[in-house]
Formats: sequence, C-alpha cells, structure tokens
Amino acid sequence: MASSKVTFRIQRFDPEKDEAPRDQDFQLELEPGITILKALNKIQAELDPTLALRYSCGSAICGSCAMKVNGHARLVCKTQVSDCVKDGVLRVGPMGNLRVLKDLVVDMEPFWDSLDKVKPYLAPDPAQAAPEKERLQSPEEFLRIDPSTTCILCGACYSDCNVLEVDKSFVGPASLAKAHRFIFDSRDAETTERLRKISEKTGVWDCTHCGECSTRCPTEAKPLERIEEIRVKAMTEGHHGNAGARHVLGFRETVGRRGLLDENYLPARSVGFFNIPGLLSIIPVGLRMMKRRKNPPLRPHSIDKVDEVKKTFARFEELRK
Amino acid sequence: MNSHDVVIVGSGLAGLRAAMELVGHLDVAVVTKVYPSRSHSGAAQGGVAASLGNVDDDSVEAHIYDTVKGADYLGDQDSIEILCGDAPRTIYEMEHLGCAFSRTEENKINQRAFGGHSAQRACFSADRTGHALLHTLFEQSYKQRGKLQIYSEWHMNRLIVEDGVCRGVVVMDIRTSKLEVLQAKAVLFASGGYGQAFKITSNAAANTGDGIVAAYRAGVPLQDMEFVQFHPTGLYQHGILLTEGARGEGGYLINEDGDRFMSKYAPSKMELGPRDIVSRSEQTEINEGRGAGPNKDYVLLDLRHLGRAKIMERLPQVFHLAQDFIGVDCIEKPVPIQPTAHYSMGGIPADNDCQVYLDDKGAHVTGFFAAGECSCISVHGANRLGTNSLLEALVFGRRAGKKMLDVVPGLQLAPVDEERELAAARREIDELYAGDGTEDISVIREELKQTMTLQAGVYRDASRMEPAQTKLDQLRKRFAKVCVKDQGKSFNFNLLEALELSNMLEYSELIVDGGLARQESRGAHFRTDYPTRDDENWMKHTMAFRTEDGGHELRYKPVKVTRFEPEERKY
Ligand SMILES: Cc1cc2nc3c(=O)[nH]c(=O)nc-3n(C[C@H](O)[C@H](O)[C@H](O)COP(=O)(O)OP(=O)(O)OC[C@H]3O[C@@H](n4cnc5c(N)ncnc54)[C@H](O)[C@@H]3O)c2cc1C
Ligand code: SF4
Ligand code: SF4
Ligand code: FES
Repeated sequence: MASSKVTFRIQRFDPEKDEAPRDQDFQLELEPGITILKALNKIQAELDPTLALRYSCGSAICGSCAMKVNGHARLVCKTQVSDCVKDGVLRVGPMGNLRVLKDLVVDMEPFWDSLDKVKPYLAPDPAQAAPEKERLQSPEEFLRIDPSTTCILCGACYSDCNVLEVDKSFVGPASLAKAHRFIFDSRDAETTERLRKISEKTGVWDCTHCGECSTRCPTEAKPLERIEEIRVKAMTEGHHGNAGARHVLGFRETVGRRGLLDENYLPARSVGFFNIPGLLSIIPVGLRMMKRRKNPPLRPHSIDKVDEVKKTFARFEELRK
Repeated sequence: MNSHDVVIVGSGLAGLRAAMELVGHLDVAVVTKVYPSRSHSGAAQGGVAASLGNVDDDSVEAHIYDTVKGADYLGDQDSIEILCGDAPRTIYEMEHLGCAFSRTEENKINQRAFGGHSAQRACFSADRTGHALLHTLFEQSYKQRGKLQIYSEWHMNRLIVEDGVCRGVVVMDIRTSKLEVLQAKAVLFASGGYGQAFKITSNAAANTGDGIVAAYRAGVPLQDMEFVQFHPTGLYQHGILLTEGARGEGGYLINEDGDRFMSKYAPSKMELGPRDIVSRSEQTEINEGRGAGPNKDYVLLDLRHLGRAKIMERLPQVFHLAQDFIGVDCIEKPVPIQPTAHYSMGGIPADNDCQVYLDDKGAHVTGFFAAGECSCISVHGANRLGTNSLLEALVFGRRAGKKMLDVVPGLQLAPVDEERELAAARREIDELYAGDGTEDISVIREELKQTMTLQAGVYRDASRMEPAQTKLDQLRKRFAKVCVKDQGKSFNFNLLEALELSNMLEYSELIVDGGLARQESRGAHFRTDYPTRDDENWMKHTMAFRTEDGGHELRYKPVKVTRFEPEERKY
C-alpha cells in the first residue's frame, strides 16, 4: 500500500513562551499501519524535537499516553492513524479537565489526588489475622473485580467526564472504578463504610450517566458500568444519596447539552432514589423508552426527539424559578 | 540540598516493595522518571513463579533446580535458593495486600505452565500479572501518603560515590529541568533493565539502563552485561510482547508450512522450551527460509484451536494487542511474531542483601544497594526463566529494605560537595548542547538499535560483533556532535532522550565486548562460532570496570555452586 500524507494539527503550549495554547500543523508522509504515537515520535525526530508528550510502554498497559484525538481522549500508542484521519487531518490535543503544562502534557496531580478519596487499597478485617496461605476467593468472585482491576489509570475517562467539566469536586470515573474494585472484592471488610462514603456528595450519585467515560476507557474497566453496579449495591443497602436535586440538574445537563438520553438512568426511579416524581411524568419520550426496553443497553444514545425533551426541560427550569 | 535516610531510584516492583519495608521507620523517598504506576513492571503479563503446588505437585527444590538449569549454570546457587525459598511467602503476602489473582476451582491462586519450569508454577492474574502486582503496591503507597515522599517525573542523572561510600544522587525535576542533589545515608537502585538498545524490543521507552550506567560511571563494575534475553513471541515489527502464557495455555508455533517446528529443537517441551532455545529455533526457521509472510521474516503463533472462550478468558490482552497493533484476529488467524529483546540478565553486581559490590573480590560500596532488573545478584545467570523476575523484584526489593532497616540507622549522611556535583551534572547536560549539530539524536539511536538487533542479537559471532564494536565506537564519536535542539526548561524530552542515548551507547559496548570476549554459547548468549558451553573456561561472571579514559576492562569472578553441578541443558 502506498504511503499517504496526513496533516497533524497539534495543540501546542510552551509555558515559557505562550500565553495560551495554539494549534500547529505538521505534514507527515505515513506508511499504512502506523500508530498515532509512532507518528508523533516521527514528528519529534524529524520536524520538531520540542514537541512534548508522555509515553512509555508503547503497548497500551502503562497508561502514560492518553490525549485527545479529534476531541476525544484515547491512548495514542494503540490507535491507528488511519482510523482517525478526517479529510486528511488528524487533531491531537492534551487531555481535558486537567491543566496543560506543556503541549500534550497535563498536570496529573488532581487525578492522583482523586484516587485518595476512595481509600484505594484493600481493607481486610483487622480482627481476623491473615491466613498462613492465600485468602480463598472463588473464580466467580475474582471475575467480579476483574474488569475494575484492569484500569491502567490513564485518565482518559477523567479527561472527558462531563460532570468534572463543571464540578471539579466530583470524585471522577477512575476513582469510582477503583472504589468498585474494593467494594466488590470478597476479601474487603469495609464494603458498607465504602458504600456510605461514596454515596455522599461528590460521590457515585453525582455522575450523570453520560457514558463518556466508558466510551473513552481503553480497558475493560468501563467506569459507567462499574458506577451502575455500585449504585445498585448502594441502593440495596439503603444508601441512596441525598442528591435528588443534583440528579435532576445532571440529567438536564446531559440532555440539554448533548442531546443524549441515558436509559439506565430511568429504571432507578422505580427503586425510589429518583425522588422528584413529578419530573418523569413530564418526559414522555423517556418514559416510552423505558417501557419499551427492559434491559437498556449500556451506552447512552441520541434521542430522536431531542427538541421535545429540551423544551420540556426549559419548562421545568421555569417552574423551578 | 535535600536529604533523606534512604533514596530509592525506581518505582517498579523492586522499588515500591523496598519502600514499603522502610516507610514509617526511616525517612524514605522514591525518585522515578515516570509515575509509579507507569513503571515497566506493569507490562509483565504471564505470571510470577512460586511452588505453591496449587495445581500440581511442586516443591521449592524443583523450582531451584529448574532455575539453576534454566540459567545454564551461570546463576549463583545460594541466591537462587533464597529466591525460590521465599517465593511462596512473597505470593501470599501480595495476595494479603489485595492483589487479584486468577483462582482455581478450589478458590486458591491459580497456576499455569511456563517455559523451563517443570511444574505449573506461574501464579497469574489473567494476562496482566505485572499490572496486578504493581497496582497493588501502588495502592499501598496511598496508605502511606504523607509518609512516603515520591518524586514523580524526576530523572536521576548521577550517583555520588566517593571513597567507596555512597552519598546520594543528583536528580532533575523533569517539569522544570532544575537539578538538585539528594543526599542520603543509603541509595537503592531499582531502576529496571536495558532492553531499549535493541531495535526489536518488548521494553518500555524508559528502560534505557540509566541506573546501571550511573553506577558504572561512579566506579561500580557491571556484571554479565552480554546476557540479554530474547523472547520468542514479539509482535512482528513492533516487538511488543505476547505473553508466554499464550504457549502455556496451549498455543502452537508454526512455520510457513504450518509445521510445529519445535518438535525438531525441543521434542519433550515443544513450545514450552526455555526462551533462548525457542527464540533461536524461530530464528533458524526464518534464516533457513521457512519463515512466513512476503519476506519470510516471521513465524506464527497459532491460538486458533484454543477457541474464543479460552482466548478471551485467559489471554484477553494477547487478543487486543494483535487486534489493535497489527489488525490480526487471533481467534481466526495465526499471529505474526519474531524474537524480541526482552530481559537484561546483567547489571549492578550485588550480594544476597542487595549490597552492591565495588570490585571482583567482594568489597562493597557502603550505603549502595541494587534490586530488581537493574541488579545482577545473580539469580538468572545466563538466561532468566519467565516469571522469575517479578519474583526477584519482590523478594530482593524486600530484602534490600530489610537490610537497609538494619544498617542505615548506623550510617551518617556522608558529606557531599553540592556545588561540584551540580556542576558535574550541569556539564554533562551542557555537552549535549555543545555539539555542532551535524549529527542527529534519532539517527544515531536508530543506527545503534539496528546494530544491536542484527549484530548482537539472537545469534552472534565474531564476524558480526567485531564490526559492531567498530560501529559503536563511531557512534559514540558521532554522538559528540549532536546538539539538543530543545532549549526549554519544561518537559524537555529532547534532552532526556539525549541523556538516555548517552547511556545506551555506553552500556551497549559492554554487551558487545563482553559477548565477543566470551567464546562459548551459554543461555541467551549464543555464538555460532563457539556453539557449545565451555564450563572449564567460561563458567564465570564477567565484570566490566570503567577505566579513566571512558573505556573498560573485563575481569571475571567465579559462580557460586551449592548443590547442582553443571550438566548438559536438554529439554
Ligand atoms: C513486556 C514484558 C513482559 C514481562 N513479563 C514478565 C512476566 O510475566 N513475569 C516475570 O517475572 N517478568 C516479566 N517481565 C520482566 C519484569 O517485568 C521485569 O523484570 C521487572 O518488572 C522489573 O522490575 P523493576 O522493579 O526492577 O523495574 P521496573 O518496573 O522496570 O521499574 C524501573 C523504575 O526505574 C525508574 N527509573 C529508571 N531510570 C530512571 C532514572 N534515570 N531516573 C529516575 N527513575 C528512573 C522508572 O521510572 C521505573 O519506575 C516482563 C518484561 C517485559 C518487558
Ligand atoms: S458517566 Fe458519569 S462518570 Fe462517566 S463521564 Fe459521564 S458523568 Fe462522568
Ligand atoms: S477507568 Fe479506563 S479510562 Fe479511566 S483511568 Fe482507568 S483505564 Fe483509563
Ligand atoms: S505508552 Fe503506555 S499506554 Fe500508551
């Protein structure tokens, strides 16, 4: 196959020179089958050695290389250029929701700090001495935490999370996946305490189910699915969170801005945490969808009658005032 | 000048495990050029060895024997006894800390077969064992938040050793390029391997042997550097590792004609023969024209008969790597593979408590320790068995910690001439800006990698290595002309690359010269002009000492044999 020309439109920022980020174009002649990381390395080697980005393993396991490609966070080491070129152009920028330090390098500290909020380590029963050998755990129990343990802490979910965009105090999808990893670990003794804490403000109930995190996640961790599992468990244990109003706002936010409706959100109503009963009655589309499908798919998707829903919310906003 | 009781360079399994032992007792800091969870330990896939006997009969004894034999009798047997003896405890400890292991029907830790091991000994977490272990320790570091200082994205530039006493390190904050001296009563290097010198490599970009070279430049000899393991299943052209677990689970290696060629080379173990033998068998198939593909330059890993369910449950990462990186669906099609540089057996010589040797007679550097892949203790001898290195990092990381707990309270902060050390580090950097710019960093790096893979790779001989020697010499001269183009202070990766390349050029000479001097074939070092092992002359460790002029002198030291006399290595 012949090589092809691609324009890489890269967001640059040099803290020593630039006041604000700017775009710079690089033309590259590329062989087929090349990953974005290799292409960026080629730019560094041949066109501009000052281009800064993080990477290490080159094999999608270390979590260093998440950045935005055409506006969405991805691991560039495992993404083929050919999958992302649109009209000969491929845009690369730093992750979102984190401060840019230089070019494609962002300040990861808030991300690392966010993990600290969920006590990210096993808390076995202190009253029980560890056995001489391993603790027993069934293959099924292992499989329950298997997805959340695949998280490589790349931050892609954090970058694209809609709630974090407006509320930096939200614990964030990666931390929730991490919380899941312990809440569902048969060896952990603090499940109840973990569920209680995570149901507080800024926790698991603040997610609007937009689904960005799971769409962006390069592993099986898929935060939204984990969030869902945590919520169900929290509800069955009576931790509903006190965030009814926040839900409404979150929901409005999601629909209003993106034209997306997440069906997963709706069944929760029947369990009672969605405590503004009047709301659902004014979302006819949502209700119809709920009736039609018992097991909604785990991805949010566009509602055909977005305008109708948006109008409904506008009315709701007015009523609120 | 900042000071700590202990400074650990490296936050992989070895570094973090050592830190865990020390935190709360001593003032300990970890310096790492990538965030801890990005360390290369996380890339390990297949498993970690321990004779738990959860799946079939096993014993520490058998583990020791397999390791000694796998090492082609160049491993120090007293160290191997420690490694294998401490393995079960180590695995239970990691399990207690929360590591998620795949389980047997009896709810115990599951174990799979691995090359060169005579029992199902590899404990695993699907095919992300290193990831599971590393993240467990990283999680534990949150428990110590506030007590354990981690200098993330700081680059260690120099080790300070004077009069046989280690005094600290010179480090650089990658975010600002600021140089600083960290004074310490003891320094532990847990800085990983040196596989980046090869073109086809499974190693992370960070594995540029920085620690090894810093020690060497500070006057510490390096041991057995010529021994580099090539893994049989690197993804064609990428070098990315497909875990040996793929063969452990029953995958076949086939050539162009679909023959399971291992039946010719290791009839009893077949695909699960030790790595060096399997890699060479592949290379022979390729060299003799039985490779697959348009250029006949790869062989195939065939997983199709395992079926979708088993592949997705046990080898999901293999599936995704083949899919994402070369677009092959391994459920439907065999995957193109080739040998890839994988593990560095050589490194900083140390005793069983990780105390670094200053010479070939047994003198130590006071206050300097090494553990994990950067060390050469030597538990892997001429060839590491898969799954023994995660184990080594954990076992010896802990031992280093314990020893430091023991000795550091009795040590003082040795005086450091801060100005002089900073000036020396600054000079090293300035030199990289001083070249006339007629040479280019990436060109030299590429030529180095090509040379190493083609001329000091799976098959070696004088007719390839002598020109390689000349080539390396030229590359070092050319390197003096490079000029780092990025003048900035923040995240200057261009500068870091230059520092790393300088390291790679330095240690690559030791790989080639050590290999050229060693006129025998042993473990991963295979010379077509000396195809047999020569115990009489060569059952000894190479020790490379740096000379004043930047060259080196090779000396040798005996191997420690406790109970297993050398015998022929047949599988
Ligand atoms: C793809 C792959 C798969 C593997 N699979 C297995 C397996 O299944 N089983 C097994 O037993 N082994 C396996 N290995 C080998 C094993 O992973 C390594 O030997 C082991 O993890 C090394 O651990 P470590 O702690 O010594 O170093 P690493 O985990 O490599 O960590 C090195 C650390 O040093 C730091 N560092 C390096 N230079 C500097 C510097 N200049 N300044 C500051 N910090 C620095 C890095 O930031 C990093 O934190 C595999 C290796 C690879 C490449
Ligand atoms: S689903 Fe929730 S956590 Fe995930 S991106 Fe959307 S708001 Fe954030
Ligand atoms: S949950 Fe997924 S996207 Fe988020 S940090 Fe983990 S691996 Fe990355
Ligand atoms: S470089 Fe490690 S995940 Fe991409």
